[in-house]
Amino acid sequence: MQFSSRRKKLATNPQTELYTQPLQFYVQPPLENISLSEFETFAVDRLKLLKTVENLGVSYVKLSENYLSKLESESKNLNFPYKPESDDKKSGSTECDKRRKDHISHFILRLAYCQTEDLRRWFIQQEVDLFRFRFNTVLLSKQKLEFLHKNELHYNTITTEEKAALKDKLINSSYAVSGITVTDQDVYKVPFQDALDLVRTRKVYLKAGYAYIPHQDIVTIVLNDFRTKLSKALALTARSLPAVHSDERLQPLLNHLSHAYVGQDYSIQKNVGKISLEQIDSLSGKSFPLCMRQLHQALRENHHLRHGGRMQYGLFLKGIGLSLEQALQFWRSEFIRGKVDADKFDKAYAYSVRHMFGKEGKRTDYTPYSCMKVILSNPPSQGDHHGCPFRHSDPDLLKQKLQVYKVSPSGINQILELVKGMHYQLACQKYFELTHNIEDPSFSLNHPNQYFIESQKVLGGGKDIKREMDTSQRSQENSAAKGSTAAREAAPNSSQHLAEMTEDLESFFQDA
Amino acid sequence: MPSSDYDSACLPDLLPLYYRRLFPFAQYYRWLNYGGVQKNYFQNREFSFTLKDDIYVRYQSFSTQNELEKEMQKINPFKIDIGAVYSHRPNQHNTVKSGTFQALEKELVFDIDMTDYDDVRSCCSAADICSKCWTLMTIAIRILDRALRDDFGFHHLLWVYSGRRGVHCWVCDEAARKLSVAARSAVAEYLSLVKGGEETVKKVVLTDPIHPFIRESLWVVEQYFSQYALQAQDILGRKESVDKVLALMPEDVKKELQQSFQQEKKPETRWKMIMEQARKKQGTAKKGQYFEKEIMLQYCYPRLDVNVSKGVNHLLKSPFSVHPKTGRISVPMDLKELDKFDPFAVPTISLICEELDRPRPGEEEEKSEETKENEKDAAERRKIRDYKRTSLAKYVRYFDQFLDGMARSWKGQLLKKSDLQKEF
Repeated sequence: MQFSSRRKKLATNPQTELYTQPLQFYVQPPLENISLSEFETFAVDRLKLLKTVENLGVSYVKLSENYLSKLESESKNLNFPYKPESDDKKSGSTECDKRRKDHISHFILRLAYCQTEDLRRWFIQQEVDLFRFRFNTVLLSKQKLEFLHKNELHYNTITTEEKAALKDKLINSSYAVSGITVTDQDVYKVPFQDALDLVRTRKVYLKAGYAYIPHQDIVTIVLNDFRTKLSKALALTARSLPAVHSDERLQPLLNHLSHAYVGQDYSIQKNVGKISLEQIDSLSGKSFPLCMRQLHQALRENHHLRHGGRMQYGLFLKGIGLSLEQALQFWRSEFIRGKVDADKFDKAYAYSVRHMFGKEGKRTDYTPYSCMKVILSNPPSQGDHHGCPFRHSDPDLLKQKLQVYKVSPSGINQILELVKGMHYQLACQKYFELTHNIEDPSFSLNHPNQYFIESQKVLGGGKDIKREMDTSQRSQENSAAKGSTAAREAAPNSSQHLAEMTEDLESFFQDA
Repeated sequence: MPSSDYDSACLPDLLPLYYRRLFPFAQYYRWLNYGGVQKNYFQNREFSFTLKDDIYVRYQSFSTQNELEKEMQKINPFKIDIGAVYSHRPNQHNTVKSGTFQALEKELVFDIDMTDYDDVRSCCSAADICSKCWTLMTIAIRILDRALRDDFGFHHLLWVYSGRRGVHCWVCDEAARKLSVAARSAVAEYLSLVKGGEETVKKVVLTDPIHPFIRESLWVVEQYFSQYALQAQDILGRKESVDKVLALMPEDVKKELQQSFQQEKKPETRWKMIMEQARKKQGTAKKGQYFEKEIMLQYCYPRLDVNVSKGVNHLLKSPFSVHPKTGRISVPMDLKELDKFDPFAVPTISLICEELDRPRPGEEEEKSEETKENEKDAAERRKIRDYKRTSLAKYVRYFDQFLDGMARSWKGQLLKKSDLQKEF
């Protein structure tokens, strides 16, 4: 966004022209003046929307009925476009207002999320998912063609003869084509690199490096374009960022916005040294989430874990308070009981343990994996024990395991039901409830280390951990209370207003 | 000493001879230079060496073939790995601002390792292989080679025996070398059918409709299945292995088969019964029931190490490197003779070094001629003659053919380039 230079050029109101379609590629930045408070609300609302997109993507199959309806209602609550035409009489915001909000808020978050590779990746992923949702629900099918036309997206179609020749292959490659529809539908031919989502899932026919995409799946190539353009735009935005950062009104807000997505950082080691190696066996039975318990058991049985397992488990142990020295001792003592001798361990494995603690290589202090990361990235293959047991185990094996861990038959059924619905984190939370004998816990699970901390709280063990958590929570509550009373008493002074806004945001993400 | 006997204690003594007289540096450079089409392609390539006692040196790079040759003859690496082409010379990576030193390109690579098949082979486990389970590698190569060519349109595929228990594939097309991380992982996932770790029993699940790629792959598996799985591995013979197969079927089918298997012991007939059940099931069920196909795939389909293929900067053992444990040379494989490829017949470093020492008739005369010629020329020629005298020759010859094929593809590009230059 250019705040000052272009503002003057704005003679007529371009809104009507800019917002003729409920969906856009965000090519033109907004050129109007907006108030600081509007800037803030827009940004926070969009962030909430993107956060919802992320959460729904984990809990539901993307574009499934539940996913669509939840995302629709969230869009509606936050006043973003959610269906083809919807002037909401009640809230008084017109479709044009919504589209304007969508437009402006997108560009604000670009500023906040262009700064690092991680932030960009997160932002692009959520924006792409949001775009996919809208392309499917907000655009009517005739609007889709119009949309392609307007954004000058042209793709090569294949001839009728070619289509006839490939008919069977096309039908067997995609859900979007059946014997009846194949003749009427256009089929586009693009380099396979432009349709990676379809290639990855084997939902498209491939021949000699080209993907043959039926019109119904065209969203994939459109998304690919969207992703590429957004990625380039973010790189450009990053370059002009210093100018924005010199604005002292915006800088704190932008920084705060960009920090909001990560949630709690479990790498901060408050508890270093509070856990002794002898405790790990008993803790693994009582307070480890199933994924870590499984890794611990596999390690004790095989005296070895492959890379994926070492990373997932090693970082978790670091998060619960193992020091580097303890970690080295822990891994060495287990590995040398297997095929690895002490010398080999020091040469081949000690490096990676030190690496985990940021003592080698590029010296990044790695953070323990969140549930999302465990569920979505690097699925286990032959010989691996890592991953999420609720996501990556056969239901039968999971059932057996839960029986061994003395979960009641009705509890097991509840868990398997959640697994079936692909609510892996909820299944894990249910497992927590059942093994800790509590109903309706006050947290929502999204991190193995969080599981551990909550478990320790319930069991009353690790008193130090508990006390620390309490104080940090209390101080948070205090500041939240202060923030809101202050805001109520004083006139909406901008900085206090900001404080309140960010508190809101924080509590929102803690709930989420 | 019999030539095939390799003793890893001798490796330090053999390596100098191998790198001085046998390693095909000229072809090796010709490969990695890719015709000089892109500037600094060889110069910015990472090599890494494993030395004695597992000392590992990364980020080595060389400006010429000669420099690489000298260095390798000096340090005599136990193992050579090839990494990516970087934005700067890898050996200077500490001198450039952090963040700007980036891996730009690399061949698309695949690593198939026999250890990943441990749950479906009964003949060996871990690092061991035998001629029975080697069929798995043959199947893997057939399936992947077809898909990479027909589906993805790649032409220049170099298949290499790793020297011990697996094979590597280097896809050398320009388009493959330029693929992003996302594209590499998409290709690898497209090619992966067997999913799940130790906590998953049923690792292949097919859904309706069956994708043409899977159909094609099944074609390949079907050619080997009876001979390999039913006879060599005898998966329907012993009780434990029968139970493992039965665990992959729906409950009702499993029960029925358990009974009928009591009367029928012949694996071939048992498999026919399974097929019969599958046909019946497919007739009645609304949705796809493909358990017989799923079993075939779980037992035979290639198991890729996806992480190796994904990363641009991932290192992979170089062709013509020596495997320190077996002493075998990591040689390119000629797919025309794939079914005859025998990993145990691949020459070891001790064999080819010994072949070099065998006196040959007529050598005396040649030597006298040699002295007359320019010394450097002679050394070069002697080297060519050297490897030709060993069992390494046929593998180098095949490597040459592969390189000729690639050369034809960039000839056009080079011509275009030089035309442009003439205009100015």
